[in-house]
Amino acid sequence: MSEEDDLDLSSLNDEELVQQMHDDLYDGLKEEIEEGVNILLERGWQPYDVLTKALVEGMRIVGIDFRDGILFVPEVLMAANAMKGGMAILRPLLAETGAPKMGKMVIGTVKGDIHDIGKNLVSMMMEGAGFEVVDIGINNAVEDYLAALEEHQPDILGMSALLTTTMPYMKVVIEALKEKGIRSDYVVLVGGAPLNEAFGEAVGADAYCRDAAVAVETAKSFMSRRQGSALAGLQAAGD
Amino acid sequence: MPGESLTRPSTLLIACGALAREVKHLLDVNGWSHMTLTCLPADLHNTPQQIPGAMRRKIRASRDRYDRIVALYGDCGTGGLLDDVLRDEGVERIPGPHCYQFYMGTDDFTRLAEAEPGTFFLTDYLVRHFDRLIIKGLGLDRFPQLRDDYFGHYVQLVYLAQTEDPELDKAAQAAAERLGLIYARRLTGYGELETFMAEAGHGDNAVQPVPAMRLSR
Ligand code: B12
Repeated sequence: MSEEDDLDLSSLNDEELVQQMHDDLYDGLKEEIEEGVNILLERGWQPYDVLTKALVEGMRIVGIDFRDGILFVPEVLMAANAMKGGMAILRPLLAETGAPKMGKMVIGTVKGDIHDIGKNLVSMMMEGAGFEVVDIGINNAVEDYLAALEEHQPDILGMSALLTTTMPYMKVVIEALKEKGIRSDYVVLVGGAPLNEAFGEAVGADAYCRDAAVAVETAKSFMSRRQGSALAGLQAAGD
Repeated sequence: MPGESLTRPSTLLIACGALAREVKHLLDVNGWSHMTLTCLPADLHNTPQQIPGAMRRKIRASRDRYDRIVALYGDCGTGGLLDDVLRDEGVERIPGPHCYQFYMGTDDFTRLAEAEPGTFFLTDYLVRHFDRLIIKGLGLDRFPQLRDDYFGHYVQLVYLAQTEDPELDKAAQAAAERLGLIYARRLTGYGELETFMAEAGHGDNAVQPVPAMRLSR
């Protein structure tokens, strides 16, 4: 262990360093991640490349091992905190360098529920994938969701619930969207450990996502469909 | 009631290990000798997706030897999948999402949870095993710095006491301190667990086969 602790990250070539960062992320070593991010930036890496190749890819591996029962919640939290450290450095630079924008998401845990580890992870991975994420936190009533949608005009609404007693509240929110006639303005994604596909369908969500990786893929595919139909709409208007 | 035992159906209670001590106590003090207790490991709590399968195996392995089987389990985060299995197998379950709610009673629990969502509950069982289940279970022994990631949004710890026990009270208070939460204690006794077991133990429907019990949810 002590040998690794003293490892001089700047002595590694790019490929080795990225590999080492994946390991450090896996081990939840925040300072090492921050140092690695800074070294890559000094070497002239684009912030977007640092984000995707070093951080997101590392976190993807963590996600797989969590899904497969090799890592547990504390390890995932440590890894997420390490990634957060790296993202804090990159965020302002990403804004400056005009990294690709995939779309916008409002996400929050439903009323009565204050579990937020999974939601935070989804937020982070969505941001890592180029989405602008507005995280409205925990214990959100219908009005909170509506106010956030109104204010931020996102493409996607994400709701999280970890309690059997709170998951039905998602339906309350979706019904409120329908009542206001704005349901189809948003892609609604739902998630949380006790949910499943059938539940997502029953409450009228567009999709249930098992984990953060699936959330990112699902969001991307909905966005390209949306852009496709928007484009088709424009063309039709132009014809 | 003495003499009743002849007509009482032999009943298997399949409970969460976190309820074992309490259920056993209730069986003893009430003389419910026609009910037998078996448990699934309490650790399944943290991997609820494994509960429905484990329950099904337990039911099938025991079915032939009892007149009826009853589940003493919350939904426990299975999102209804446990109830699907129980419906399939014709086994009734104590209503409620988790043990906190059936100790406290549905109305009381709902009221308290709504009044202060930032409430973390302990039971006798969780106080006894606080170090193993909460501290080690959440990795706080290895990563004490994660405390606020877990409990940053929590305000109070409410110890739902099944028994009067000053030692547990003290331990629960220490737990609250460790998590940085305000401490409160409520004596709930065994709540709906006891009433449900009493009903489950009645001899009235002795002639009915297992699947005839109506699901309460
Ligand atoms: C960690 C945890 C806690 C922590 C929460 C810390 C925090 N800041 O969130 C603490 C210890 C504080 C806690 C408290 C409670 N908990 Co808790 N908790 C858990 C536990 C063990 C893990 C949850 C977790 O964080 N998983 C890790 C993350 C990464 O996974 P995830 O949340 O599933 O998220 C992933 C996916 O689901 C998906 N996803 C999640 N959200 C979203 C949203 C969108 C839009 C999308 C697309 C995807 C998505 O992507 C995520 C990343 O891959 C679960 C058991 C379990 N294994 O699920 C119980 C569990 C959820 N808790 C439970 C209970 C009962 C409680 C308490 C009432 C317990 C108590 N003693 O008071 C309180 C609740 C208080 C409240 N009002 O919310 C029960 C629920 C039972 C039920 N019937 O509903 C569970 C199932 C445990 C159990 N078997 O009893 N809990």
